[in-house]
Amino acid sequence: MRLYAAVVAGAFRRHATYRMATAAGVFTNTTFGFILAFTYMALWNERPGLGGYDMAEALAYVWLGQALLAACSLMGGGFEDELIERIKTGDIAVDLYRPADLQVWWMCVNLGRAAFQLLGRGVVPLVVGALAFDIALPEHPLTWPAFLLSVALGVMVAFGVWFLVALSAFWLMDGAGVVQVAWLAGLFFSGMLLPLNVFPGALGEVARALPWASMLQVPAEVFLEKRTGWDLLGAYAFQAGWAVVLLAAGRAVQAAATHRVVVQGG
Amino acid sequence: MWIRSTMTYRFSFAMTLLSNFTATLFDFVVILLMFAHVRGLGGFSFAEVAFLYGTTSTAFGLADLAMGQTVRLGKRVRDGTLDTLLVRPVPVLAQVAADRFALRRLGRVTQGLVVLVWSLVLLDAVAWTPLKAVLVPLMVVTGALIFGSLMVAGAAFQFWAQDGAEVTNSFTYGGNNLLQYPPSIFAGELVKGVVYVVPLAFVNWVPALYVLGRDAPAGLPAWSAFASPLVAAGFVGLAGLAWRVGIRSYRSTGS
Repeated sequence: MRLYAAVVAGAFRRHATYRMATAAGVFTNTTFGFILAFTYMALWNERPGLGGYDMAEALAYVWLGQALLAACSLMGGGFEDELIERIKTGDIAVDLYRPADLQVWWMCVNLGRAAFQLLGRGVVPLVVGALAFDIALPEHPLTWPAFLLSVALGVMVAFGVWFLVALSAFWLMDGAGVVQVAWLAGLFFSGMLLPLNVFPGALGEVARALPWASMLQVPAEVFLEKRTGWDLLGAYAFQAGWAVVLLAAGRAVQAAATHRVVVQGG
Repeated sequence: MWIRSTMTYRFSFAMTLLSNFTATLFDFVVILLMFAHVRGLGGFSFAEVAFLYGTTSTAFGLADLAMGQTVRLGKRVRDGTLDTLLVRPVPVLAQVAADRFALRRLGRVTQGLVVLVWSLVLLDAVAWTPLKAVLVPLMVVTGALIFGSLMVAGAAFQFWAQDGAEVTNSFTYGGNNLLQYPPSIFAGELVKGVVYVVPLAFVNWVPALYVLGRDAPAGLPAWSAFASPLVAAGFVGLAGLAWRVGIRSYRSTGS
């Protein structure tokens, strides 16, 4: 237990040292937030109340997306590149030899990273968005912790997805293709480009049932107080359900993969 | 060399090419989804927005194909592998651009061109003149030069800010994203910034609005529609200068 806590703290500290990268990320997230906010305003001006959101809620959604982008690895950039590199080069053998579980180890690495990204890259864009635009903020103070719990569950689901993506490198060697496909799915189905409740018909229903909905759409709904009471528990159950399924799948794939590992060199 | 090495992992290459095409397609699907709900965006029709989208995406795609690899420079500066490039008898910039040259980026160019051609078919309100017909390919080329210069300038910036590559993205990817939509939806200050401060508007907004028979943004005179080559030349000059300053100031790592 102490070991894993140290891994979380280590990952947090490590990302805290990339100061220039964090500043650059905040700048980029804020720029994209502005561009997206104006396109949403044009859209919601034409169709007020689209997707059940008023203008202030739609604008809040934009800035939540920018705030969660790095923490929930909506477009990757989490731990997967490093893990794939280790699998490719064979350094993974060292990881497997450690007195720690591979999946739990990387989960802790990702938790530390996500915690830092939420603080380092999440807070500033949200504050800038709230100052520059008239965005909807939670009316109930308890919504904030409820939202953070939903974000934490979203981070777990994201880990589940990216861990599976990374392990595919055991079979494919070059992970670039799978990473790109996962990146794409994350971009589109998390609701990063357009809220999932604006997606029409069957496409919308499928998108809202997929795991990526846990990473942005569901936390945003909690933030906007669209999910309260039993509905809030339903939202948590949805996220936790996907987290359990994906983590179990990750376990199974890990077991299959470690059976295949052949360590080279002498 | 990088083309051959990419082809070694054929399955992966096919997947990256396909996903690159789809990734940029999703960009456009968002606009399609928006137009499933509305008839016009900021007073612009679907065909007009598609035209803006097609011109900037093709230009950006070409720049990305040629210069997209320059974002990797920061990593080379950090770990000191840039030194290998400095001792070779080939211009460093050419080597940096060719570093891990990614043919999959053809996906974006193809997709941009498809949307551009489609929009030209849909645009029936435009009174075409030879001048307007010349402007369309011209803005793709000058737009690519402007985006390419920004990528080189961004790379030069990394000599100083070694892991600040993402700032370049706000101007390149962000600019591309901005120019896909009509200027009428953005705040006046933002449009002025894109016209007079960082004149990205010359990638497509200024010439495209002329083609569409609309007024130039931010009170520019009508002749400015033909100023794109000049602006592009300015961008290339400044990027060249920035690159030279950057590489002069390079100090290798190590003890």
